[in-house]
Amino acid sequence: MNVVLDVRDLCTAFATRAGVVRAVDHVSLTVHAGEVLGLVGESGSGKSMTGYSIMGLVEPPGRVVGGSIVLDGREITSLSPGEMRALRGNRVAMIFQDPMMTLNPVLRIDTQMVEAVQAHDDVSHAIARDRARDALARVGIPSPDERLNAYPHQFSGGMRQRVAIAIALLNRPDLIIADEPTTALDVTIQGQILYEMQTLAQESGTALIWITHDLSVVAGLADRVAVMYAGRIVEEGGTADIIERPAHPYTRGLIDSVPSRNRRGERLRQIPGMTPALTALPEGCAFQDRCNRATAACAVAPPMTVARPPYEAQRVRCHHPLPDPTA
Amino acid sequence: MLVYLIRRSLQSVVVLLAMSLLVFVGVYAVGNPIDILINPQADQQDRERSIAALGLDKPLWLQYALFLKGALTGDLGNSFVQGTPALGLILERMPATLELAVVAMLIAIVLGIPLGLWAGMKPDSLSGRSIMAGSILGFSLPTFWVGLMLIMVFSVMLGWLPSNGRGETRLLFGVPVSFLTVDGWRHLIMPATNLALFNLALMIRLTRAGTREALLQDYVKFARAKGLSNARVIGVHVLRNILIPIVTVIGLQFGSLIAFAIVTESVFAWPGMGKLLIDSINFLDRPVIVAYLLVIVTLFIVINLVVDVLYSALDPRVRLADAKG
Ligand SMILES: Nc1ncnc2c1ncn2[C@@H]1O[C@H](COP(=O)(O)OP(=O)(O)OP(=O)(O)O)[C@@H](O)[C@H]1O
Ligand code: SF4
Ligand SMILES: [Mg+2]
Repeated sequence: MNVVLDVRDLCTAFATRAGVVRAVDHVSLTVHAGEVLGLVGESGSGKSMTGYSIMGLVEPPGRVVGGSIVLDGREITSLSPGEMRALRGNRVAMIFQDPMMTLNPVLRIDTQMVEAVQAHDDVSHAIARDRARDALARVGIPSPDERLNAYPHQFSGGMRQRVAIAIALLNRPDLIIADEPTTALDVTIQGQILYEMQTLAQESGTALIWITHDLSVVAGLADRVAVMYAGRIVEEGGTADIIERPAHPYTRGLIDSVPSRNRRGERLRQIPGMTPALTALPEGCAFQDRCNRATAACAVAPPMTVARPPYEAQRVRCHHPLPDPTA
Repeated sequence: MLVYLIRRSLQSVVVLLAMSLLVFVGVYAVGNPIDILINPQADQQDRERSIAALGLDKPLWLQYALFLKGALTGDLGNSFVQGTPALGLILERMPATLELAVVAMLIAIVLGIPLGLWAGMKPDSLSGRSIMAGSILGFSLPTFWVGLMLIMVFSVMLGWLPSNGRGETRLLFGVPVSFLTVDGWRHLIMPATNLALFNLALMIRLTRAGTREALLQDYVKFARAKGLSNARVIGVHVLRNILIPIVTVIGLQFGSLIAFAIVTESVFAWPGMGKLLIDSINFLDRPVIVAYLLVIVTLFIVINLVVDVLYSALDPRVRLADAKG
């Protein structure tokens, strides 16, 4: 499979009053064509910032300060704003969390779709509109021809998110970054959209980065999972490996706090403590204040290593990885 | 829509009635115009004849009733001073005031919105901060003082621009206007700028605040994620949203611009309604004062109606009540 996106040691920092904050800290990711990568972590762990960095949408006072992002074999961190604009919405698209907020409330759907086509393709309004209608049909919007003339407030939340997905699909991108697109929706609609996205990605060979804080969403969808904590990837591997044999104590904690995995009547287990502020991270492993396996060794930052040699496909950033419970 | 218009018209009539009653009673309470209008040496007989001629011998309620009767036929009474219909006097002066107010509003819009957009996009830059500092001046300096300073600099010291009057006018649909002649513009530009200053500052602040807020919205980020150019993101996505409050404020301000024109008209001796009002108040010329206020209120009502219609056209989420009717 060919690599669509290869991110190496990506760092994105914010200059704040309390000093420089690394919201994304040496993040490395690889995504192949047609693959779904789940990016999981608590609120504030830097998932969205990773997505914005790839899109070139980090706004001041934030800035990508290091690393490389190779999209379709091309280094994009050094592109001019104009070249980056030409890629956005064309080779790589992004969908956001709240469908009530992502569509412009005062512009008709056709306006918002046609402009997305014409930003990248020198085609007539009529052709762009046809493409918009086809995209709406693909994401399961009934009578798309009429719906093109509607305004966002005339759609339900689920339908609006479908419109946003249709917009992302318009220019047949190689990669779609979906930033918690189902979190704001009903569970049933969430399920439908997850299923449809998966099908669409498979059919078109589009790679997908699915950002969520909910491991159960990723379980049925992703091929691989990367777990983020305080701006860093702390564990990475195949979805089944991560869920059944997590090696990082933080991943274990995330799994235990998913309701459906707990027995009835048993209390939900929460990860003790709170996500630390990025300005007050401990020296060494960022998780040590909340970790029950922490030792003196953890005061030195752990490198990303193979979790359980010789099995190479699961990697972890921890001095004392968990043993394989199924072994 | 029709039901909406009918209801609005009925409301307007009630407002006009209340307004006229207030002014009637108000001017009555302030003083007796006869004391000002009649030669103090006149004898008692002359005096009584004049009072009767102006209808001031009747009780106030009857005067008001007679006024209402006349108003129904479009007759708002004759000026105590000039003896001609008060409404005619007002309408004769109205084009000058409207011209001044429209030009002032255009100056405020054409300069204010781009400056506000710029300041909103670059709030921390030197230019953004300078624009904001300028707008604070526009808010805080008193209109009459700025007017006098303008005259000092451009008329007295530099001698570039005339300081009073409308200059050469030309008829447009039978109405004399200044903006069709060069000399008219030379007379118009200074009072219009003076009158525009407050609204220019208001436009800048409003546009800047709206831009800053809109730039934080997800729909702007999503528009950027689609790969739209910056010009399109700002010029379409941001502007279309902030235009909604801006149009509302423009409408509301246009009314007060006409009202505030009184000061500017006095400073620049601009022959508009405002100057007429000041003179009429000096003579307690009640018919003219009442007519002026009724005309102003009517203008406010019409403007508000236009704003409502525009508002619903700009914001698809708003439909005028009873739109189906
Ligand atoms: N304007 C800013 N100034 C300073 N720090 C910022 C700013 N914006 C974001 N950050 C930092 O970036 C970090 C990562 O934010 P990000 O939005 O990527 O988190 P996330 O994982 O997407 O969380 P969520 O699940 O809540 O969306 C935050 O913890 C915050 O400290
Ligand atoms: S490195 Fe140490 S503190 Fe960090 S997760 Fe592993 S065991 Fe816990
Ligand atoms: Mg986020």
